[in-house]
Amino acid sequence: MAQVTARSKQKIATAVIWASGVVTALILLTIVLYILAKGLPYVNWQFLTTAPEGGLSGEGGISSAIIATVYLIAFTIALLIIPGIGTAIYLTEYAPDNWFTSAIRYAINTLAGVPSIVFGLFGFALFVTALHFNFSILSGALTLVCLLLPTLISTTEESIRAVPQYQREAGFSLGATKWQTISHVILPAALPGIITGIILCIGRAIGETACLYVTMGGGSAVPTSLLSGGRTLALHVYYLATDTRASEKAMATAAILVILIIIINTLTNWLSQRFHTRMVGRT
Amino acid sequence: MDPKIETQKLNLYYKNNHALKNIDFKIREKQITAIIGPSGCGKSSLLRTFDRMTDLTAGARVEGQTLLDGKNIFDPLVDIVELRKRVGMVFQQPNPFPKSIAENVAFGPKMLGLTHQGNIDELIEKSLRAAALWDEVKDDLDKSGLALSGGQQQRLCIARVLAVEPEVILMDEPCSALDPISTLKIEELMQDLKQKYTIVIVTHNMQQAARVSEWSAFMLLGEMIEYSATHELFSRPKDKRTEDYITGRFG
Repeated sequence: MAQVTARSKQKIATAVIWASGVVTALILLTIVLYILAKGLPYVNWQFLTTAPEGGLSGEGGISSAIIATVYLIAFTIALLIIPGIGTAIYLTEYAPDNWFTSAIRYAINTLAGVPSIVFGLFGFALFVTALHFNFSILSGALTLVCLLLPTLISTTEESIRAVPQYQREAGFSLGATKWQTISHVILPAALPGIITGIILCIGRAIGETACLYVTMGGGSAVPTSLLSGGRTLALHVYYLATDTRASEKAMATAAILVILIIIINTLTNWLSQRFHTRMVGRT
Repeated sequence: MDPKIETQKLNLYYKNNHALKNIDFKIREKQITAIIGPSGCGKSSLLRTFDRMTDLTAGARVEGQTLLDGKNIFDPLVDIVELRKRVGMVFQQPNPFPKSIAENVAFGPKMLGLTHQGNIDELIEKSLRAAALWDEVKDDLDKSGLALSGGQQQRLCIARVLAVEPEVILMDEPCSALDPISTLKIEELMQDLKQKYTIVIVTHNMQQAARVSEWSAFMLLGEMIEYSATHELFSRPKDKRTEDYITGRFG
């Protein structure tokens, strides 16, 4: 009798888990396909290569938004990687286990849960106003760095902690110094997890609107330097959806946004795969 | 002959736990010395003091000294990198790096900056041959070290140690995760290696100690109970506790 129960429980569990997977995949696919189906018909060369011209009907295209997005993401990630990974290494490999370290960790976890508009207000006060960076890609990127640091630190910390202690011991026992062990043993082993963290950060940065609204200004001109203001694709979707009647252009922009995310993720994955194979050897 | 390693009144504490108690121990050069004893007796801790791996454990504290060729390794002036180059370690769990076979072997020399002295490929081949692994992997040097079997991984770890040309090799239960055939290969390898290297092996397998070593030490509760020639220790133990352990009355 007990065996039958166990077996039927197993069947129910399998069915529930399987169904959850299918439902989730269906929801995600539906959203993506809906946006692509609604948006792609309005995408053409002119749409991609002209700047938004404003107006109630949302004249123009999205060239400046694409450029601003790419600038912003590249600059944000470049500024984010060293302090993010560096802090994670400090916390896992160097920091003594005391109240101060726990306080830092607590602060990081708390910051990770703070709404992005709060970071936006902070960025507005510090970067836009106090430091006179004005509404600019620089202000936006610095604000995003503050917003994303906690995420990158905790994902990196987790993947460093997952590297087994015996790998560290092997490094030290061969006469490697602490930094050699970190850079040649621990970081390569933790790399896939770190890459995942970076992809998460890119995804969040691309989707962010609130904190960029108050730090980049949202101008529609093509940005020429880091000190130019601008609007990202996500911000442009927000403008189109709230200030114009051009819902088809909002959908078209959203479609481009989705495609951009897919391209960036695929590229990052491919790079990390290649890198990983070179590191770990053929399996 | 002067001992290669000699401990004098060596004590080790993990916070309040007194793990090694007044150990006086001499290890002879180019011979195999086995340390046996039940789990928790301190045999691995003792082994880990010889290359100061105990430094990595928070709260570990050492009193007394350990002389390597007559010089105290706990002296503050000792270069820990130099010490670990001279004293290599093979661990219980085979732990190759997630890198290619060639890179695993080349790791130590690269980190120590020794690669300019001659050809690294030659060094890789020499080390893998000395670890009796070359014939099995010579066509797959770019394969991941993790793709090898457990026994091959352990021999890769030995090759990795040999590549830095140590004087002493510490082995911490090197066969406990291996099948009998792989174990036999490692034991045969040890007999070759003792021509050039001083080997200290910790094992809870008494038959293994009896098979491979010239000298055996029996430890219990952090103390060294008895230390003598292996055949002596196993045939005519002087201490009642040693006799009880080797005859299987406890442990």
